[in-house]
Amino acid sequence: MNDASSRATSTDPRDEIVEHLPAMRAFAMSLARNSAQADDLVQDSVVKAWSNFDKFKEGTNLRAWLFTILRNTFYSARRKAGREVADVDGVFADGLATKPDHDGRLALADFQRAFATLPDEQRETLWLVGALGMSYEEAADTCECAVGTVKSRANRARARLAEMLNLDEKEKMELTEQGTMAVLSASATRIG
Amino acid sequence: MSEQNNEPNEGLRRQIDENLRRVYQSQVEEELPDRFTDLLAKLKAQDSNCGSSE
Repeated sequence: MNDASSRATSTDPRDEIVEHLPAMRAFAMSLARNSAQADDLVQDSVVKAWSNFDKFKEGTNLRAWLFTILRNTFYSARRKAGREVADVDGVFADGLATKPDHDGRLALADFQRAFATLPDEQRETLWLVGALGMSYEEAADTCECAVGTVKSRANRARARLAEMLNLDEKEKMELTEQGTMAVLSASATRIG
Repeated sequence: MSEQNNEPNEGLRRQIDENLRRVYQSQVEEELPDRFTDLLAKLKAQDSNCGSSE
């Protein structure tokens, strides 16, 4: 009773949950890859967080705590569903709608489709370190796994994305100026 | 140069992370659906109704 009444009068730390909802939705989207499922996942996680809020250590990172609940909710639902194939928004077809421009900036939709094909653990890890800029240590805490695991998952995810999106082609293209070099060398051999 | 042979080079890493941040930015800028503010209000109301009971 005392607890409840003091919470009601002073600021309720649970009121801060709302501030993290946009980041939770984005994280859920990276896991579920489908906006309806992502929002269901956020809803379930918020209910869990709310009813287990006594387990949250005040003064620690609320966002990280919420993320941990969210990913655990995601993986336990996935286990229950078995290895059911997720209904992914927009499956990645080989062949991009657009080529990366000079900065490697792609159409977001292409990037998202490629990202969606990565395995769950790689998406999760790359999301935390790449999109949110978490340190490997922070991401390891959130995922409750070893730092080395996070590092290798992030690297594999980046390497796979680079491959799917032909990002490494950029360097080759700069070297050869696309077909120009081929034409030049062809004419050089003809002359020489 | 890289310690692990699967480590993508710095330039690739930057490009990928920059795209990830753009995706993230576009998602967090979306308006929050009402269902979430409704949900939090409901949870709050539930608590004050039940008092200290589980």
